[in-house]
Amino acid sequence: MAEVLEEVKKEPLFSKKNLQVIKDPLDDTNPISVQVLGICSALAVTVQVKPAFIMSLGVLFVSAFSNLIISLMRKGIPGRVRIIVQLIVVATLVTIVDQVLKAYMFDISKQLAVFVGLIITNCIIMGRLEAFALGQKPWPSFLDGIGNGLGYGLILVTVAVFRELFGAGKILGFNIIPQWAYDHGYVNNGLMVLPPAALFLIGTYIWIQRSRNTKLINVS
Amino acid sequence: MENLASLFVKAIFVENAVFTFFLGMCSFLAVSKKLKTAFGLGLAVVFVMVLTTPLNYIILKYMLGAGALAWIHPSLADVDLTFLSFILFISTIAGAVQLVEMAIEKFAPALYSALGIFLPLITVNCSILGASLFMQEREYNMAETTVFSLGTGIGFFLAIVLLAAIRERLQYSKIPPALQGLGIAMIVTGLMAMAFLSFSGIKL
Repeated sequence: MAEVLEEVKKEPLFSKKNLQVIKDPLDDTNPISVQVLGICSALAVTVQVKPAFIMSLGVLFVSAFSNLIISLMRKGIPGRVRIIVQLIVVATLVTIVDQVLKAYMFDISKQLAVFVGLIITNCIIMGRLEAFALGQKPWPSFLDGIGNGLGYGLILVTVAVFRELFGAGKILGFNIIPQWAYDHGYVNNGLMVLPPAALFLIGTYIWIQRSRNTKLINVS
Repeated sequence: MENLASLFVKAIFVENAVFTFFLGMCSFLAVSKKLKTAFGLGLAVVFVMVLTTPLNYIILKYMLGAGALAWIHPSLADVDLTFLSFILFISTIAGAVQLVEMAIEKFAPALYSALGIFLPLITVNCSILGASLFMQEREYNMAETTVFSLGTGIGFFLAIVLLAAIRERLQYSKIPPALQGLGIAMIVTGLMAMAFLSFSGIKL
């Protein structure tokens, strides 16, 4: 009997499966509202839209590249030092992000303060390394990092838009609420600038998301 | 040189790690479902924090700061290695947690099996690295660092035990399905954060 050797097909770069890896974290497996990862920075840097946006870019960069690097190294990492190796890779990438921010965007870097360093302990990065990059090939891991960064950024920017709009009447520094509204007695919502507002906003987001996507109810 | 007692009280109440700075939220929300595990995790966090923050202070002062290496040889006085602080801080924390894990496994195996996976997860608890980063940013000395880390740890412990107690009671409430679990935990934490805001008016 002649054996037919099947050619192992190389999966195209942007196949359906790979695109699903990017799309899932935007809704079904959103790191903040479903996986309960990365909450700390989502609450702390969302007072204005600009720092929130820069922070999400930072997390996206670190997540994508640390996923890529660990996935490339995955066959050579001994089990016992796994966490330390991951931490060193992530810490190095975060140091790069921090130095770039300090060099080119010093005022944003001051606003983000310790939270840039805290990207190291951002559970999204470690969580995805453990759950995905250690067992998958480099390209899907890279896409997974991008997907989770996007899901994270989606929530960050949404919360920041609400907080800046209602707390300061601006978005990205541009005045949105016209002066005549202030003259007629409209006052900026002081609670939006304070930490609890972020918690209420994310809680509401989760409520709306799980009402629309009922399979997420009670998942965490 | 702040008064040490006021620094301690500030770290627990006025600038509570969880309710003011949102550090350690992930384990805070994930572990607060049962009071017993929350209690154990809180104690472990206090211990690791008091262990690692002063250690990181020593590393910062004698190895990394500008001119810190002068004690080895005068010619090294203009070497500034602060950019390595992230990597060294997180390595100290990872090492300390590994040691604590081994010690607990040997001396209190019941506690070890109760904590399970959450013990190694203390390594990536943002509040521990956050305490070290705040110490670096605010340039505390050794005494202030110890008091600050003890206060921050106790603040985290207080927060997680409080939320766990509330969530255990919430099991008996009628909450809309879409809000159960994480949603209501967020909103309750927000209300608690508002309550803690009342401390910000205290003049110490």
